[in-house]
Order: sequence, then C-alpha cells, then structure tokens
Amino acid sequence: MRRWIYAGGRLALAVPVLFSIAVLNFFLIHLAPGDPASVMAGEGGSATPEYMAMLRHKFGLDQSLPLQLWHYVVNVATLDLGYSFRNDEPVLTLILDRLGPTLLLMGTAFVISVGAGILLGLLAGTGRNSWRDGASSILALLASATPSFWLGLMLIVLLSIRLGWLPTSGYETIGSFYEGRAYALDVGRHLIMPALSLALFYLALYTRVMRASVIEQMNMDYVVTARAKGQTELGIIFGHILRNALLPVVTMAGVQAGNLIGGSVIVESVFGWPGIGTLAFAALQGRDLNLLLGIFLVSACVVVAINLMVDLAYVALDPRMDM
Amino acid sequence: MNDAFALGPPALSIEGLSIALPPGADRPHAVEQLDLKLNPGEITCLVGESGSGKSMVARAVLGLLPPRVRIAAGALRFGATDLVQADETRLRAIRGAEIGMIFQEPMTALNPLHRVGRQVDEVFRLHTDLSRRARRERVVQLLADVHLPDPERLYRAYPHQLSGGQRQRMVIAMALALGPKLLIADEPTTALDVTTQAQILAQLRELQRERGTSVLFITHDFGVVADIADRVAVLQRGRLVEEGRRDDVLRSPVHPYTRLLLAAVPRLQAPRRRAGNLGPPLLEARNLRKTYPRRGFGGSATVALDDVSLVLRRGETLGLVGESGSGKSTLARILTCLARVDSGEILLGGEALARLGRRQLRPYRRRMQMVFQDPYASLDPRQRVGDIIAEGPLIHGMSRAATRARVAELLNLVGLQETAAERYPHEFSGGQRQRIGIARALALEPEILVADEPVSALDVSVQAQVLQLLANIKGKLGLSMLFVTHDLRVALQVCDRIAVMRAGRIVEMGEAADVYAAPSHPYTRALFAAVPGAHWEQSHAAEPVS
Repeated sequence: MRRWIYAGGRLALAVPVLFSIAVLNFFLIHLAPGDPASVMAGEGGSATPEYMAMLRHKFGLDQSLPLQLWHYVVNVATLDLGYSFRNDEPVLTLILDRLGPTLLLMGTAFVISVGAGILLGLLAGTGRNSWRDGASSILALLASATPSFWLGLMLIVLLSIRLGWLPTSGYETIGSFYEGRAYALDVGRHLIMPALSLALFYLALYTRVMRASVIEQMNMDYVVTARAKGQTELGIIFGHILRNALLPVVTMAGVQAGNLIGGSVIVESVFGWPGIGTLAFAALQGRDLNLLLGIFLVSACVVVAINLMVDLAYVALDPRMDM
Repeated sequence: MNDAFALGPPALSIEGLSIALPPGADRPHAVEQLDLKLNPGEITCLVGESGSGKSMVARAVLGLLPPRVRIAAGALRFGATDLVQADETRLRAIRGAEIGMIFQEPMTALNPLHRVGRQVDEVFRLHTDLSRRARRERVVQLLADVHLPDPERLYRAYPHQLSGGQRQRMVIAMALALGPKLLIADEPTTALDVTTQAQILAQLRELQRERGTSVLFITHDFGVVADIADRVAVLQRGRLVEEGRRDDVLRSPVHPYTRLLLAAVPRLQAPRRRAGNLGPPLLEARNLRKTYPRRGFGGSATVALDDVSLVLRRGETLGLVGESGSGKSTLARILTCLARVDSGEILLGGEALARLGRRQLRPYRRRMQMVFQDPYASLDPRQRVGDIIAEGPLIHGMSRAATRARVAELLNLVGLQETAAERYPHEFSGGQRQRIGIARALALEPEILVADEPVSALDVSVQAQVLQLLANIKGKLGLSMLFVTHDLRVALQVCDRIAVMRAGRIVEMGEAADVYAAPSHPYTRALFAAVPGAHWEQSHAAEPVS
C-alpha cells in the first residue's frame, strides 16, 4: 500500500517536470535562426513576401511569442502535438509509429548492457587482480573507447557482408509478410547488431561500476559476519554481496537510460532502424519544428518513466529507502 | 574460578602464534610468539591499545584474517583440531557452530538488505537440517533469550529499524545460536552508549555463565575488563606483556606497560577544586530550541534541543555529558554559531548573537573556537600543518611574518616541534593530530574553547596526555572551556561543573563533585552506575593492594 502511495507521489511529481521540459523545449526551438516558412519558401526556389506572410499566418508564426507558447502548452495538455507539414501526418501518429522499434532497441540494449555488465563486474570484482579481472577490464576499456557507429559498421562488414549471418539493416525483411513466431524471429535477427552496438559502451560502464561496488562490499563487516557463521564463499557472493553491490548500478542505469535515446539516433541511422532516432534526424534536417518538439517531449516522457521505474526498483531492492 | 580449580583442558590454546603483516606495514608482525590458554567456562580479556594486534588474534582464531595478513607460525588448538592447519571446509564447519563471533560495529555487522530473522536463521540453515518451521521457532526463542522485545515482530525487521543495542543483541543471538563452546567478542560494546553497554555486558556475562561458554573478549577499556573478565592478558605491540587473574592484574600490575595503562584511566571521582572564585558570566544560553525537520514522507521531526539554558563563567570548564542523540553536540555547535538556533538567545559577554548574520558574526567567531572529535577527518589532508594553523589569523588580518612566528609558538605550546609546520596531517599520529587541532583552535586567541569529544577517538595513554595538555593550556591562557563528552570519568577529571543532557534537555547541572556525590536525577544515577568498572572500582577501592 505504502509503495503505491509512493509511486503515485512520484508520478504526480512528473507532471510539473514534463511541463517545464515542454516550455524549455519551446524556447530552445525558437532560439534557432530561421523558421519553417523560410525553409519551405527557400526549398520552393522563390517566394513572394505575400506568400511568406500567408505561410507564417497559416502556421501561427505571426503571433506573439507568449501567445504561441500558450497555444503550444494548451495543445500539449490535450495531447495534440500538432501537424507535420513535411510528412503530411499528425506528429503524434508519426511518433507512435516509430516509438515501438525504438523502445525495442533501447530495451534490448538496456537489458544486454545491465545484465552483462553486472555479470562481468561480479566476475572481475570477486577475482580482483586475477585473469578474470584483467580480461574484463580490457574488454571494458575497448568497449568504452569504441564509437558505436564504427562498431556498427564493423559488425555489418563482419556478420552481414563477410559471413552473411545477419541482415545489414532495417527492422524486418520487406515483403516477407511473416507472422507470429517467424515475424518475431525476423525482427530479432534485425535487432542483434543495432542492440549490440548501442549496448557495448554502457556495458563497459556498468562493468566498471559493478566491479568497484563488489570490491567495496567485499570489505564490509557483514561479509565477515557471514563468513564467521560458516557461510561458503559462493553463498556470501550470491546471498549477501550481489544485492548490495547492485544498488549503485541501478542508480547509474537510471541516469544513463536517458542517454540511450541519444545514442539510438546514431545507431538507428547506421542500421536504417525505423525509430525515433531516424525520425528526429529527418525532422532536424527538414526543420520540421512541430515534429522535433513532439519528439523532444516524447523522449522526455520516456526518460521520466524510466527514472520512475528505477526509483521503484531501488525501493524494492533497498529496505532503507525512505518512501 | 581459581587457577587451582581450572577444570579440564583449555577451551583454546594459543601456542607461539605469530601473525605476519604485509610488507610495508609499520612492523613485520602484528602478533609475535603469543602463548595464551583460555580456561573453559571463563572470560579471558585480551587488552591492548590500537595497533596492539588484539583484533588480529581474534580474527586469526576463525581464519578470518584480512587479505595479505597471514599466520606465520604457531598453533591454535581447539579441542583436537589445530585451527591453523585446518582446511577451509573444516573451518566452515567450526565457524558459527563451535566458535561464535561478535563484532565491534553493530551498525555494519548485519547485511542491511536482509531481515534480521533471516540473518540469524542463516546459522541454522548452514549447520543443521532443521525444517523451516523448527528453525523459525529456534530463532524466535533465541531473540527472546537475548532479551529482545517482541521477538516475533523483530524477526521481520530490517537492521536499520533497530537501535545499536538491539542490533548487537542480534549479533550475539547469531553467535550463540548453536551453543558454541567458544565465543570470540571483538570490542562488542565499544560502539554503544554507556547504559546500553552495561546492559549488553551484563547479559553476555549471564548467558556465558548459563551455558558455560568460554569467551575470548577483546577490548581496550579497563573498565570493561573490570566488569566482565575472569582473566586478563595485556598485549603491547604484538607481544604479551602480562597475564593473570583479573583482580591481580588490576590491583597489582607487574609490567610497567600495564601500570602505565591503568594509571592513564581517569578515576571515577571528582578531584577537589578551588571553590567559588569564579569569574563573571562569559557565555550565556537562554531557552534554546532546535528542531530538525522531518525527513521523507513518513519521518518525524527530531527535537535536538528543548528549552536549554546555561551559563559559562570566565575561567571555568563546563562539561556537557550525555549519550548519543542527547543533543550535546548540537548544543556545542549552536553555542559557537556553527548551527543556527530556532528560538532562544545566545549572549557572548552580554552581546546577543543568535540573530546576527554571517558577516556580523565574523568578529565574534575568533572569540570561540572548537576542537573536534575526529583527529583524522578534522584536518584538511592537502594543507600543511602550518597553513592549517595560520588560516584563521590570516583571515582576521594578521601579517604573514607575524603568523609564522605565531604558528611556531603554538606548536611549542602543544608540545610539537616547530618543523611540524612543514608537514602534512597524515604524517602524524592521532594524538599528535589532536594537538594540531588544539593549536589551530588557539591560533585566534579565543576566550572560549569548545571541545567536542576531543579524546574519545584516542587511546587511553594518549588521552591522558591530551587532557593534561588541555588543562595546562587552560590554566596558562585563562580560557573558559565547554567540554562535550560521553565519558563520565573524563568529565569528572576535567570539568568544574557538569550539565547532564538527555533527549535535548539538561536534566541536571551542578558542581562536578556534587553531581558525582549526590546525583539528584535518576538518569544521572543510571549513567554513573553504567560507567564500566564503576562497580569493581568502588568495591575494591578500599581493599589494600596485595
């Protein structure tokens, strides 16, 4: 019961946060020089001042900034994210279409990086200065020093072109019309390389955090207590150290999950993954401000949601948390 | 129990034990050639100052030495087993079942994420085939045995929901779960308040008598020794210097080191002082109140000070005595304006300070300086000692040349070489650092020195030196002193008057000798009764030394 009240409280706190983000985004966009009307007119080759004024009036760009902000906030509050004139579709529809693949990519990368990071960190931390520690440290160093786009390209060269095991890009095999398990398998095969490219950097990060955390916990008094009870070393590691050592990793994962969205812009471009990242890139190039604002807002929602989940996970893991 | 009646073979026989420290330590061996026999059914106290190697002995018995520390020679005979030679499997079977261990820090000795019941249960899970239900019954029974209230409810509690004393009882329950023949207790009450300590010691003694357990009890505190020991062994830098029956060692120590340690323990009595002759009020506190706001959604506000008034006269030492959480440190910080008060007034020489702003306070700051408890954390590790001491005078506008001379003078005053100014804090021992802390506080020529537990982190022999230094300086410079301490022995030795604090209130205040001779408040009486060794000292003080 208390846990739900806590979750509700946190959820209520998210509203003003999202509101401030929306307002901030609005001003951020207006700081950029040029407006959609001039871009459109410029692409058309020539435009009369009358035509420009007409465009501006149509988009509401001739209104005062506070009025525009007011309209924007009211629209956002009613879940109306506006219309993308470039794509000729409502922004919300566009984003929702692309959200699934991005969440799939992010989620997979998140699970891989956190899961493998915890495992490697545990191996390294418990065998401090052994070959396990050395091997995972080298792996972590390489992984954190490798840019994800380069890694993606190399994976394509190796796994797709040389070995022909995996498809080079895309979300599914076009025109195959798979259904059920076959479809899931097809998407999965497309998912492997982008998820790996996105995950590897974070994997290195979590490995390091976990290693340091395990080493710290191994020196704690309660470990000696457990040993004095006659507990085995494995029993100590999995019964006592693991959960305590996880706490800093969970904190770090919550902070870094937001960065996964940023990272996905690059990875999605490399692998032609039809997600929010490619959409954002296109919107930026085409100066599709409505779409860009919408993507900002939805990304913020995703980050806020992840943080909420991390907070709840933390409460579940650590009874000391003051709810 | 008497040597002549020593029953049966020893519970543990330590023979020629040497424990090697890793290369680069301050000495090659933590313990050298230690021979010690623990009589069955007796409590043997292993006493020593920090760094004497006493905890290493405790750890070595269970094969729990820290990494890179190893047993270099000797044997640990426990029944038919030599614990030094025993393999890990045999040791694991012995740990928790035949030898139990209690640790110093009840705050960290329990896994913070597991319910305490489960942690006690772990001993049964590891060493018995009992069913879940049977184990649970045993655990609840154990919690009742160590006098924990409402065992059924506490079974499901997390460590952070228990007080320090309750946690230590949990650790004791764990150690005694399977009725071990030998119990190793490493400073089990050092981290506890004095009244809690008295309860835990009495209980340990009672359980030990009931079950006939042999105990190796590690401590630095001769008061605790007097309360609990049958036999005493004194360790000095890894060597056993004296061993014998408690009363013999305490009353007629043979080795000079033991004599020195015993002489350094402040007597539980108030020395005669000049009466009257006190100066005018210097610092006054009137109706101070301080509440810390509640934390989180469910927390409650903490009342740290509840209508506290006191007067510090020129030239006197006023002791603030109390247990943890009594508000004594808060009061010290508020009187020095390091923390702000909610309501009430602070008068320094008649001038009101409580409502002044930061800038307005600055001229008054130099008149009150503080000496802190932790000599390791209270000095900036990246600053040279000279710069640490000089910082205050420089801020208040003294010239660099004059400051340098002042630093040298102060270092001399606190008994350090002038060359110390060029060195960094980590190069000094705890006692030396506390001297530096005192020099730093004196640099601004304060009228009032506020000392917050200045000797509680120090070994007893060093503690005596620092207390002597403080007394000398106070006399020489005519300072007034506010002395915060939890240690009644120290308070009686140092203070002219004593204020006893409890739960944010001063429950009793008066001349140290009066408070000691005729405490009026029941809490004061309880505090004096709980001072370790008080009972032994009173019952043996009159007896002639044999």
